[in-house]
Amino acid sequence: MKAVITVIGCDKVGIIAKVATHLAENNVNILDISQTTMQNIFTMIMLADISENKVKFTQLVDSLDELGKQMGVTIRAQHEDIFNSMHKI
Amino acid sequence: MINQGEIIETIKMISEENLDIRTITMGISLLDCASEDILKSCDKIYDKITSYAKNLVKTGEDIEREFGIPIINKRISVTPISIVAQSCTVENYVKYAEVLDRAANETGVNFIGGFSALVHKGYTKGDIRLIESIPYALAQTKKVCSSVNIASTKAGINMDAVYQMGKIIKKTAKLTEADGGLGCAKLVVFCNAVEDNPFMAGAFHGVGEAECVINVGVSGPGVVKCALEAVRGQDFSVVADTIKKTAFKITRMGQLVAKEASSRLGVPFGIVDLSLAPTPAIGDSVAYILEEMGIEKCGAHGTTAALALLNDAVKKGGVMASSHVGGLSGAFIPVSEDAGMIDATACGALSLDKLEAMTCVCSVGLDMIAVPGDTSAETIAAIIADESAIGMVNCKTTAVRIIPSPNSKVGDMIEFGGLLGRAPVMPVSKYSSLDFVSRGGRIPAPIHSLRN
Repeated sequence: MKAVITVIGCDKVGIIAKVATHLAENNVNILDISQTTMQNIFTMIMLADISENKVKFTQLVDSLDELGKQMGVTIRAQHEDIFNSMHKI
Repeated sequence: MINQGEIIETIKMISEENLDIRTITMGISLLDCASEDILKSCDKIYDKITSYAKNLVKTGEDIEREFGIPIINKRISVTPISIVAQSCTVENYVKYAEVLDRAANETGVNFIGGFSALVHKGYTKGDIRLIESIPYALAQTKKVCSSVNIASTKAGINMDAVYQMGKIIKKTAKLTEADGGLGCAKLVVFCNAVEDNPFMAGAFHGVGEAECVINVGVSGPGVVKCALEAVRGQDFSVVADTIKKTAFKITRMGQLVAKEASSRLGVPFGIVDLSLAPTPAIGDSVAYILEEMGIEKCGAHGTTAALALLNDAVKKGGVMASSHVGGLSGAFIPVSEDAGMIDATACGALSLDKLEAMTCVCSVGLDMIAVPGDTSAETIAAIIADESAIGMVNCKTTAVRIIPSPNSKVGDMIEFGGLLGRAPVMPVSKYSSLDFVSRGGRIPAPIHSLRN
């Protein structure tokens, strides 16, 4: 099962490190990352494998949301199906 | 890797453009809860609803968190109560409304629809009792919604029922006077009602439906409007195409959620209703879509044509996105629930007559309209008759949800609160329809109903 994790907010030191560490602690494998910073706005999209996740997905959603708040960015974790179903016939 | 542009587009639709699942509605058959003993019947109803729907709200919340899609409402619809209660010889059916309300509270849903009767061809004893109970039921409960189908293309218009519903609406307004006649916001009079509508207040679980189903209503007027901003000034083919593509994406989300809810709850998937349903929130308005298309103020000339294009394009785009589309599936124009409609009515651009024209080309009918408190039952009945004629002749669903808020006058603003929004009181004709509606009987079905 895969999830799409997006991080959007003001750029600062440590965003990638903290998110990646949090995922590693939860046994979530990052399959693909794309990240850009434009005019100080940090945007990162990750495709992650949540099938070996240590906790229920909704708990990961909440803990990432909390992490985002601490860093002053918005972190969303969403099941990949929402993107797959919307944009493909 | 999923296309990054698509990911950002989806997130923007949800976080900035008010894309959401408007409702997950569980339809439950209560046909097996009939009994001659009203207490037994009510117990069966309570047990059945609380057992089938016990995980509905939690499942909705889980799906919301896992997919990142807001699911605004979780609701229940049931078999029209006049059918279930028919075997009971009690004088009124308010107890049934009370048990529905209790079950709604226990399961955590915010509305339960189905305190309903189908009388398009005539009344049964149960229908009479149900309809007469409606004002009391709506005054004494919070979450129960009621509807009565008084006409159909096949049956014609039951003018006795039309007149009676005019009186019932007035009585409901009186009994809920303290809340501005709020009871009337939970009561819909239909022509050609459908069996699988997931939206309130007109939802009920039709008798042709299965034991239990999941129906989903999506919504995204804000998304459509934003998509149209990018094609400002371009021709109508582009407009229609843009709306179609957007409706596809919106409906796909509904399909995904419906399938997921269905599988987690172990209940068959019914339909996705792809209606564009507004809320009073800024950026969630159908009227603003019409204005984006180039009409200065919703209600000006051209509004009907714009709405016809919108309604059709939404269906064309949405139908491809779902395996089963049903319910009302079109654009909704509830006056109090749409910021643009409220504005247009308050400044005089949008009138009842224009709204009636608009109902010929879109989904719902004259919805959430406040009229002066002294509007007579006969005038209300005549408004219902007009709307039913439009539905009957055009083979579509039309409805009237009208609120004659007691003591109100044209120009007043009635506050209902929450998703029910606020409604500016609209003028009605000052001429009488009394001699017309009091004739009674049935207006025959139109010739084109004979399709065999």
